[in-house]
Amino acid sequence: MELKDKACIVGIGETRYCRKPGSGMSEEALQLAASRAALEDAGLKGRDIDGILAFPNVGKCEALAANLGSENLRFAAIIHMGGATPVASLRLAAMAIATGQANHVLIPGGWNGYSGARVRQTVSTDKHSLPGGGIAWDYYLPHGLTAPPQWYALMARRHMHEYGTTHAQFGAVAVAMRRHAQLNPGAVMCGKPLTIGEYLASPMLADPYRVNDCCLETDGGTAVIVTSPERARDLGKPPVYIMGAAAGQPYPADEITNRRDFHRTGLTIAAPEAFRMAGVTPADADFAQIYDCFTFEVIQQLEEAGFCRRGEGGSFVENGAIELGGRLPVNTHGGLLSEAHSLGIGHIVEAVKQLRGAAGARQVEGARIGVVTGWGDFGDGSIAILRR
Amino acid sequence: MSQDTVACDKPLPALDGLSGQFYGWCRQGELRFQRCTGCGAFRHVPREMCPHCNSMEWEWARSSGRGTVYTWTVVERALHPAFVNATPIAPVVVEMEEGVRLLSTLVDCAPADLAIGMPVEVVFEAVTPEVTLPRFRRAAR
Repeated sequence: MELKDKACIVGIGETRYCRKPGSGMSEEALQLAASRAALEDAGLKGRDIDGILAFPNVGKCEALAANLGSENLRFAAIIHMGGATPVASLRLAAMAIATGQANHVLIPGGWNGYSGARVRQTVSTDKHSLPGGGIAWDYYLPHGLTAPPQWYALMARRHMHEYGTTHAQFGAVAVAMRRHAQLNPGAVMCGKPLTIGEYLASPMLADPYRVNDCCLETDGGTAVIVTSPERARDLGKPPVYIMGAAAGQPYPADEITNRRDFHRTGLTIAAPEAFRMAGVTPADADFAQIYDCFTFEVIQQLEEAGFCRRGEGGSFVENGAIELGGRLPVNTHGGLLSEAHSLGIGHIVEAVKQLRGAAGARQVEGARIGVVTGWGDFGDGSIAILRR
Repeated sequence: MSQDTVACDKPLPALDGLSGQFYGWCRQGELRFQRCTGCGAFRHVPREMCPHCNSMEWEWARSSGRGTVYTWTVVERALHPAFVNATPIAPVVVEMEEGVRLLSTLVDCAPADLAIGMPVEVVFEAVTPEVTLPRFRRAAR
């Protein structure tokens, strides 16, 4: 059975995204506030939700259902793919809806990424609760490799070596995201433009990554709701159809250094499947919301998703090509780099806004088809191809 | 890069299971990797099964200790409290002659001199009485 057009997104919800002084809410409250906003957007009630796909570590399906009054919960799961989880959850939601396992599936997320525990202050005391798990504990941490920008810096450096990818090309990604954020009043970096000169002067964090190559740490909640096309007809908002969706793992997924093909990620496997399912090609996309935890990951995912050939991602992002008005507008909301780090659900929300024609000053004119990706852990990947 | 004194709060491997065996050899001054006795393939990090032939029979085979730098980073700002006063730290991925890669650091190379392809050889650093880490120094080509 094919999943194409068997499910659609009918509700989106967001809280305010902020840094100082913090949300003043619990992470559960952020998820609930965003979920309530998504329900209102869809014209649904909490009791209509019979499926919940929560975010690992921060979300609990049972507690969310109890607060929302979802008395008929019959499909609850958590996919452990880090930032690739929300888009992978879109696929799982579509599978559940297409097979009759659920009618309305909620995908909520939210955290206090700024005012809660910050990455640099956190010391994990449990080998197996560590991001990256026991292998990172035994073989990476003792050598000072402790956090995601450092893991991915190893990939970025190798790509620079093999393909000549440059700091300025990383900077083109950072600048594009920041330009888009100037058109998004909800973006944390709205009103704070960034030039390539400022980018290149920003301090090095984990070579080749500078501070401005890294996503924001923010507070906020975000949610989407998925249902069937039949049910969508009775709801208030124009449905956004899931044309294709897939997820994949790098090999090995639990260890970065011993990949025979160092640049092969989960998306390398997932993208061809999603495009085949959708019956379109990357060239058909009017925009792409690419999970931008760090700048190079945008370049890498553009390559592995097939928007360009491997090694050509650096030149692909130059000269404004991924900015509004360019060949492929990427992260029209500003992304994790300049809007907020909403665990990747913000990328789905922005794709829905674009396909509804409701993106305001940053609207991609006539947008019909859009791509959303997720990236997590040591290179887990997910992708959805959406249409209006 | 200075040989910094390793504070007790720096993270250490757990020394349980196969990891304990790997670091046990390091403590004896030997770098050994698992080699499948079914198909002969080396593997790292240690695992129960050979991913090539699914054999669960293997031995600890001694490495030549020689390899080249496959990729690297320089941590300028620590993202873990134990390393705040230890920066810059330059984690490198070393591709060993046996074909496996491992993450380590170099003992005698300034971050500015790091280069992919640089030949290196293993040395051992006892960071506690129980734990010895494999590190690397520059080697003749």
